Amino acid sequence: MATNKEPIWIARDLARCSGCRKCEIACSLYHENRIWPEASRVRIFMLVPGADFPHLCAQCDDYPCVEACPFKALSVSKKTSAVLVNDKKCTGCGKCIEACPGRIPHMHPAENKIVICDLCNGNPQCVKVCQEGEWNALKTVTRREHPYKLYARKPEEQTRNLATKLYGEKAEEFI
Amino acid sequence: MILGYAGKFLEINLTEGTFKDVKLDDKWLKDYIGGRALAAKILCDRLIDKWEQVDPLGPDNVLLFLPGPLTGFYPGGRVCVSGKSPQSNGVVGSTVGGEFGVDLRCAGYDGVIVTGQAEKPVYVFIKDSDIEIRDAGSIWGKDCKETNTLLNKECRRLLNERYPHYGEWKEPAKVYIGPAGENKVRTAVVTAKWTHAAGYGGYGAVMGSKKLKAIAVKGTGPLPEVADLGKVKRLINIVAKSSYDNPLWRRWGTGGGGYTFAANTSSEPVRNWQEEWHDEKSYGVDQFENRLWVKQAWSDFGCPTNCMKIAYVKSGKFKGAITDNPDYELQAYLGPNLGLFTPEEDVFMASLIDDLGLCGIQTGNVLGFAAELFQRGILTKKDLDGIELKWGDAEAFAHMAKKIALREGIGDLLAEGTYRAALKIGKMKDKDVLQYAVQSKGIGIGAHGIRSGKDFSTEIGYACSVQCGDHTSMTGLPIDGPESEVWEAFNDSAVICNFSGGWSLRRNLKFDFYHAVTGLNLTREDWARSGGLKTLQIQRALLLIGGPDLKWNPKIHDDNPSRFYEPLPSGPYKGKAADRTSVRESVQKYYEQAGWDENGVPKSETLKRLELGNVDKALKKQRK
Repeated sequence: MATNKEPIWIARDLARCSGCRKCEIACSLYHENRIWPEASRVRIFMLVPGADFPHLCAQCDDYPCVEACPFKALSVSKKTSAVLVNDKKCTGCGKCIEACPGRIPHMHPAENKIVICDLCNGNPQCVKVCQEGEWNALKTVTRREHPYKLYARKPEEQTRNLATKLYGEKAEEFI
Repeated sequence: MILGYAGKFLEINLTEGTFKDVKLDDKWLKDYIGGRALAAKILCDRLIDKWEQVDPLGPDNVLLFLPGPLTGFYPGGRVCVSGKSPQSNGVVGSTVGGEFGVDLRCAGYDGVIVTGQAEKPVYVFIKDSDIEIRDAGSIWGKDCKETNTLLNKECRRLLNERYPHYGEWKEPAKVYIGPAGENKVRTAVVTAKWTHAAGYGGYGAVMGSKKLKAIAVKGTGPLPEVADLGKVKRLINIVAKSSYDNPLWRRWGTGGGGYTFAANTSSEPVRNWQEEWHDEKSYGVDQFENRLWVKQAWSDFGCPTNCMKIAYVKSGKFKGAITDNPDYELQAYLGPNLGLFTPEEDVFMASLIDDLGLCGIQTGNVLGFAAELFQRGILTKKDLDGIELKWGDAEAFAHMAKKIALREGIGDLLAEGTYRAALKIGKMKDKDVLQYAVQSKGIGIGAHGIRSGKDFSTEIGYACSVQCGDHTSMTGLPIDGPESEVWEAFNDSAVICNFSGGWSLRRNLKFDFYHAVTGLNLTREDWARSGGLKTLQIQRALLLIGGPDLKWNPKIHDDNPSRFYEPLPSGPYKGKAADRTSVRESVQKYYEQAGWDENGVPKSETLKRLELGNVDKALKKQRK
């Protein structure tokens, strides 16, 4: 387990996701004070039933989204290593979505700004509920040398992986 | 406007191809909450004067998709589907799990009201307040799994085209029908997420009759504002904690039932209820879990319990079959009820039933009925289009299920459901075959028998329920006691799952939840005396008015299927049966407590006291 003093990463075991969306509920309550699935920084995709998975910032080492922002609205938290969005600077141009290998950032549904997981200042609420329910799809770990960007994959690609793991070649019928 | 509600309903007229936002009186929402109770109120308000003439499968029926104010807040998302039922000719509040109700509320709607009948197959796509009635020509005829895939593709393409800067679009939440619904099979379901179904009531057939293949919704707003968010959060945690304290319930869901409801409680249908006991260890939950479950935890929105699992057959004759656990009902009805005792056969049947958009309970019931008639030589191989419907022959039952979904040959007759099929076969063969029809007022009995007295089912549970054979709305004495269906009516109106959190939650918790969301005071007692009781009166009245094809006579039909009076032939409770005298007495007692006369018709004074004058007027004919 990570301590609050070191940069962290949300380790994810996607096949364990039950699709309960308690992470969406916890995230939107924390950031928006509402239950608001589309404003959640972590979103559960279920393009194929059973292949439900959380889509959230992978905190790549090279932060292509931060690099791509023309307005310097994105920065990296020294404390947690999360990508932070400066709402005042963000124009909602969407360049970070294009730059992200997994197209993970998305627009806030009501405001003209991007939303990206900020790791809740070191205590991710999504992880908390996932751990409480013992699903362990999400787990906070200390950041080490790992190719975190592998988890920045587009929903279709992730779906194909998980559906194939579940249903083998039959998965192709559903993709 | 009351807190916890989005503030408007979407009404779609499929005949005209038009839609509009409608508001319902706050008093309606206070009295009837949402879901099942509100459905009863809306249907009563719009149709009671012509109820008897309204063909459930015609353009005059009103089809409702109603979440409730607790949907999305109370752990475990559900939505209630209702209308005039093509099974009972009354009103059934039929709920189905999934994200549909949540997405609908996030789109700003408290429900969808569908009227009329489209000329050509259509589906409705809702993105917040953008509503579209779209051509469904290319998905009509497709099975439920393919329908899900095609809808996801088309709706996400539309969202990406229309809102290209949003980022990746999640799939919309959907309800849809398979071939059975399209062909107006009375045992057809409204499906969500491949395997979830609003089964009781037969509303898949109503969708089919309206040529409505699906509704897809993507809501991007928040759930409605609540009165006390802090309290809502605390209550969510209490429900979750209660679920976490019940690890085997989380691990197996109802999937342990296929063995235990037979071996322990003798209340599982075996070969069309000729027995209710078996000790087939091949059918233990460990066999399902260890051989077939590829996903151990599968939840709907906010659910801590994940009673759903995914089963997939990877090898052998039934390779490729995918369904959920199956849950107990489908384990029973598509397993032992057909003489099948292996997980693979059950998953194969359930997967097929899902794909066809049939109800596993109702279809298992009618298949069992037909097989018993074959066993007794009443239906011959020739009658059954060459199929030998032998107990234990999964492929024969699968073949027949397909014929039912397509209304092909003998399947057309069985597609009418057990009761209607029994009436026809009885005439055809000049024999009393109703004695083999294990149903109540057009609805096949849920897989919880009453003879052993060891299950939660009561002796008048099916006989007096306004939802008839529905095991999720059984009733009992006293009418405001824990066995009464007024509590199920609350769950179906709030609209919440009665499984998430298990059974150890204190009984006031749901009402506290209602208060935290809406700010309105409603005690258990209030509900049992007013809203809940009003709902039962309306449902009862519409059930008794019935029509156009069938009507119910309480003296005959407020009863158990005659099979439940035959002694159990096997198992530890061998010899036990329901007792006719006791049932009769309990039925009369129930009438009295419900404010019904000795013929089971709601009394004028009861209805007037509950401000249901229009119901009273409509019942005049029944009292003659």
